[in-house]
This record gives sequence, structure tokens and C-alpha cells, in this order.
Amino acid sequence: MTVLEWNEQRLGVTGTVRPVVTAPAEVLSQPSPPVDPSDPQIVQLAADLVATMRVSPGCVGLAAPQVGVAAQVFCVDTSGHPRSKICHGTFVLCNARIVSATRWERGREGCMSVPHLTGDVKRATRLTVAGQLPGTGEEVVIETNAFEARALQHEIDHCAGLLFLDRVPGPHAVYARKVYL
Amino acid sequence: MGELAVTVIGHDRPGIIADVSEALARLALNLSDSTMTLLRGHFAMTLICTGEASASQVEQELAPLTAQGSLLVSVREVTPEVTPVGAGEPYVLSVHGADRLGIVAAVTRVIAEAGGNVTDLTTRLSDGFYVLLAQIDLPPGTDVAGLTARLEAVGRDLNVGVGLRPAEVDVF
Repeated sequence: MTVLEWNEQRLGVTGTVRPVVTAPAEVLSQPSPPVDPSDPQIVQLAADLVATMRVSPGCVGLAAPQVGVAAQVFCVDTSGHPRSKICHGTFVLCNARIVSATRWERGREGCMSVPHLTGDVKRATRLTVAGQLPGTGEEVVIETNAFEARALQHEIDHCAGLLFLDRVPGPHAVYARKVYL
Repeated sequence: MGELAVTVIGHDRPGIIADVSEALARLALNLSDSTMTLLRGHFAMTLICTGEASASQVEQELAPLTAQGSLLVSVREVTPEVTPVGAGEPYVLSVHGADRLGIVAAVTRVIAEAGGNVTDLTTRLSDGFYVLLAQIDLPPGTDVAGLTARLEAVGRDLNVGVGLRPAEVDVF
């Protein structure tokens, strides 16, 4: 199966909206362990992440630590975003890792777990990521760019215990967040 | 040509920068380095300007701004400083975690003990979450790994995350 063909119905369970945890929650600052993608609890977590992302306006990705679970799982959906170019729709990845990252550009990021701040972060705009789909555990490789690449790197950072604040280039690259989406 | 240090802080409203900079321009003062920002709703500007006007002339020119009592202004004559070039290796220090007393004091003491010089620092507090970001010049030959370990130890004591990394300098 390609990532484009994937959707949350394939998980076979109904997602429940979970509360989003905010910094300084410990789980956001600790590297998460890898998971067994076929574990029913991970499948449920995948569905819950998508459900939580769906009800959160402006949210284009959500990682397990953001709902308080230390696990290398996240969902992404940059569909319809004006800065999105290549877009794989909704997908969940387990144990994702960056294979290649090039063409770095600075852009401003917000995070549901740091609700009052935004920051300028340099991210690769050409990105290849490998990971596993929840449920089947199928290994997939995603080649993407632009906004989806940024979203993937932000979520992979969450799984590594990093916030965008750990990536900003200096004292004046963090801003009070004005727009609450 | 003299240098003056001017600070303005107080209740925010549209037009403070325009009012202050117009007053300085009327006295033929050239505004050089400055920072102007909102700190928890208070507008704060700190600037260095150069020209022939005296501190008392500037205070007089800015007096209408302070008359209502919502802005505090201070003007001091300062001795021009030589900006050191290539004085150290630039690093970025980031600290974040639950707010508590003494975070800035503890981490900047570690930096100072290593001979590091903080050249820029901002902090933000929102909903009990504290973020400190600083640019630091470290003396050439600094044991960065050792300094990082000491910062991390202080971070553990304070229950905050601490990171130290080389500042990215892209020159095109």
C-alpha cells in the first residue's frame, strides 16, 4: 500500500479525542521509545491522534507525546494548506526516521503543546522519511517537500523529545503567538 | 560626537516609537542600535543615539511624553564602546521548563564561570512555562562538552531542559 492510499478507516477502530498536553510536560522533553505498529494499543493511539488532530483547528500534525504517550507515533495531514506542495493526505507513521534532508529554509512554526509562542526554525524543504504504517507495520518511504516536509520534521522531533524551541536560531526568533487557530 | 543611552518603558499605545524618534530627530540625534519590544504588555525601548545634544536637552524634549505618568524615560551620556570583533565563538543557549525562581541566575552563572559572555538574551513566561534563549560568546578553546555537562547538571537541579549549540551563521 502507498501512503496516498492510506486513510484512518484502515485502522478498523474509532478514534477518540484525547486531551493535548502542553509544555513543560515531561513527556514532551524525553525521547519516546519505538513501538510495535501491530500492537492494538498503538493502532488505537493512531486513530486517537487522527481524531484529535481533526478536531483541532489549524492542526496539521500531532505526535503521541502531545497526547501524553511516550511512543514514536505521529499523524500528519497538510491537505489544503496554502504552503503545501507535495501532499500525502492523512497518514500515521510509527518509528519514523529521516533518510535524507536537503534545501534548508527558515519558516515560522507553532505547536499545540506550546500554545502561546511561535518560532523561526530551519527545516529541510526536500525530505525523505521512512517509517511503518500502524496496523500492518508495512514499511513505507515518503518523499516530500515544502510544508509537509516541515510538518514531518516537527513531528519526528516530538518523538525525539524536541520542541521547536530547541531548534530556534537565537533569542529573537521566538514570538508571542497572536493568532489562535 | 557624543553617545546617549535612552530607555523608555511604560504603558503601551500606538505612536510611542514615532514620538520618541521624532523628538530625537529634532535634536539631530542619530538613532544607532536599539531594541524595542513589549514585555508583558509594557512597552520597552532601549537605544543608543549619537549627536551633539546633551542628556538634559533630550530629557526636556521627551518631557511631554512623561507628563501623563504612563512612560518612564531615562537619558544618560555614555562613553562610546569599541565593539569587539571575533571576540569568541557564538553559541545559542536554550532553556525551557516549568517556571521557578532562579533559572536565569543559575544558568548565566555557569556561563560566566566559563568566561562566556551573554550578548543577547530573551525570556518569556506563559502559563507557567518558562523559555530562555541567549546568544553567548565563548572564549576560543572553551571545553564546550564540559560546559554543556555543567549546564545540564544545573538544568536537572532546576528541572528544566538546557541546550547549548553553535549559532548558525549563514554568510552569502
